[in-house]
Amino acid sequence: MTAPSLTRRHVLDLDDFSAGEILHILDTADAMKEVLAREVPRVPALRGRTVVTAFYEASTRTRVSFELAARALSADCVNLNVALSSTTKGESLLNTVRTLRALGADVIVMRHSQAGAPYLVARYLNICMINAGDGAHAHPTQALLDLYTMRERLGRVERLKVAIIGDIRHSRVARSNLWGLAALGAQVALCGPATLLPRGPELELLPTVALTTHLEEALEGAEVVMPLRLQLERQQSGLLPSLREYRELYQIDGARLARAHPRALVLHPGPMNEGVEISTEVAHGAQSAIESQVTNGVAVRMALLYLYGHGEVSDVRAP
Amino acid sequence: MSAPPEGRGLLIRGGRLCDPARGRDEVADLYLSDGKIALESAPAGTPVLEVGGLLISPGFIDLHVHLREPGFEDKETIATGTQAAARGGFTTVCCMPNTEPPTDSRAAVEFILRRAATHGAIRVLPIGCITKGRRGHELAEMGELAAAGVVGFSDDGSPVADSRLMRQAMEYSRAFGLPVIDHCQDPALSQGGVVNEGAVSSRLGLVGMPAAAEEVMVARDIALAELTGACLHLAHLSAASSVEHLRRAKALGLPVTAEVTPHHLALTEGRVMGVLGPLPHKLGPLPASAYDTNAKVNPPLRTERDRQALLAALRAGLIDAIATDHAPHTLVDKECEFDDAAFGISGLETAAGVLLTLVDKGELELTTVIAALTAGPARLLGRPDLGALRAGAAADLVLIDPRAEWAVEPAQFASKGHNTPLAGARLRGKVLATIYGGHIAYLDPALEMKGAPLA
Repeated sequence: MTAPSLTRRHVLDLDDFSAGEILHILDTADAMKEVLAREVPRVPALRGRTVVTAFYEASTRTRVSFELAARALSADCVNLNVALSSTTKGESLLNTVRTLRALGADVIVMRHSQAGAPYLVARYLNICMINAGDGAHAHPTQALLDLYTMRERLGRVERLKVAIIGDIRHSRVARSNLWGLAALGAQVALCGPATLLPRGPELELLPTVALTTHLEEALEGAEVVMPLRLQLERQQSGLLPSLREYRELYQIDGARLARAHPRALVLHPGPMNEGVEISTEVAHGAQSAIESQVTNGVAVRMALLYLYGHGEVSDVRAP
Repeated sequence: MSAPPEGRGLLIRGGRLCDPARGRDEVADLYLSDGKIALESAPAGTPVLEVGGLLISPGFIDLHVHLREPGFEDKETIATGTQAAARGGFTTVCCMPNTEPPTDSRAAVEFILRRAATHGAIRVLPIGCITKGRRGHELAEMGELAAAGVVGFSDDGSPVADSRLMRQAMEYSRAFGLPVIDHCQDPALSQGGVVNEGAVSSRLGLVGMPAAAEEVMVARDIALAELTGACLHLAHLSAASSVEHLRRAKALGLPVTAEVTPHHLALTEGRVMGVLGPLPHKLGPLPASAYDTNAKVNPPLRTERDRQALLAALRAGLIDAIATDHAPHTLVDKECEFDDAAFGISGLETAAGVLLTLVDKGELELTTVIAALTAGPARLLGRPDLGALRAGAAADLVLIDPRAEWAVEPAQFASKGHNTPLAGARLRGKVLATIYGGHIAYLDPALEMKGAPLA
């Protein structure tokens, strides 16, 4: 296994992670999971370091997951309340992050509604940036916890048949998963209505995948089934005729799941629209690992903060 | 501006005179007297500027710039914008009406002309609005605007979505013999878009603008030009498919013209991703310079196929003019999240270098480029007195060293807008002097140091 990149400053997407580095993160997350199982789930690894969570887009689970991860590593964790902060007074993103850095932040965990926002910060400011989701672009920590859960439950990621179903076109989760799954050698099928799939040429710069509008095709032999959240505004913007039709064509229910591999694992990045993209029986059924994903998320984020959040760094990217 | 070569005139000797309007491309001397190109040969004792090895062209004409004044003087003023133009070899620029207030009244036109007369380094020809306030609801008072001196009508940046209104604008404009200039883009199809739709938009998770958004408006406008008989000018074409409609319109003999920008001729969508040159078949990690807001422009940089189609259309004479769409912005407008960043490239000072580099690479002929910067736009403006080195015409010309290499340094721009995706790029071909009405509008330090009698 390749040693992790010691020069890494940021976790922006999984496109620049080698298989070795991803596996190293997953192994580290295994150790973190042991920590979390202790009576006092806390180690002093990041004592004295400050992690700031800056969420420019509403999110509960990812932010809380990062906060728990930071605390379990004994870091000081501060949540920037964006709604009440200077951004509402018109301060630019770069100036906000400059201020946070001046106040002693070592790591910024940022969620932003605009694709590329973490790249902007990483390009101009010497601070460790962990992308907690940027627009429709990337959500690397979600992809890592998905990979972690697959490996934990199925023993490997290599050669797994993975079906991702739903609004692929607007999904940062799907995009980051594509890089991670490709690096680890999984086979991916993307499935959804044509208006929510990437158009053919749009896949040119992404890892190779199979693309289909037919759910049966995608599910055939799938060992991982991952329905994505269907945002209700997709129907309003005319990409779907109705939620009813979406449910009829793409909902993962018991009968459809039976078409997949007998021990297929069901994952969902959350939050779920139970009864839309996934039926209640599947969401809470024996094959579902959705709750484990949440727990694993804390362990994976601890691993990332541990590996990248406390190195002394000097390789500032030039403005 | 320096004083004209008073009284004695100036003999520019030994340069390669490239004057497509008159079909000339030869080594010849040029005698300037009283701010005009003189017919007679220079009398003895005339100061001589030796320009062997340099290229002499009629001053460039830019049909499409944003001078930002009035209203956005933090981005550019008529003074700084025309200085930037002079540095780029331009002696005439047409300024778009998306100012604040917009150029939809006589007062607004007169303001621009007055400011240009007192503060401008070169000639400024205003373009008036198609609709009041550029809002796309009611026609602007085109008659008054024409009388005040506009050279065309455009709601640039805000395409006229209402086809009926566009038809009426075209019908009405005929009385004044001025073109309607459209920024062709279907607003619904391109809604929310910030880059070209395709591999790059998908890779970056950004909303794309499909080439079809331009194509459908080009097709609509051509149909309306056919219906109304109006002169239609298609601004900054960016898509291969648009070119096919233009080809058909020209074949039908419709009064339709088109322009293309240097950036659409030289760059592709990969720039947004921080990739220089052609896109790799498969892209690994995004470069650190991904999400480069300086490459965010409207219409967006498109694919290599589109770029090749635009080059071919220019070579074939389908495209009449090269225009910069100079769109200066402040650092704050650009140093931000990609969706929030302003569209536009500060292009006046790099245009000649970019185009001559394309010539150097063999992608374009020199005469094609010079024609599209001089004779082409002059014909479109109905100004035979511009864009040609005719005896008796104003001495508007540019001296160029086609072999000089230089690096683009935005901090050195005369323009307030340092927003260019070409920062640091090495270009081949440099403007050394711009003469406007016999006056030195710009002089490169290299020429000055040679002891030129110009300064």
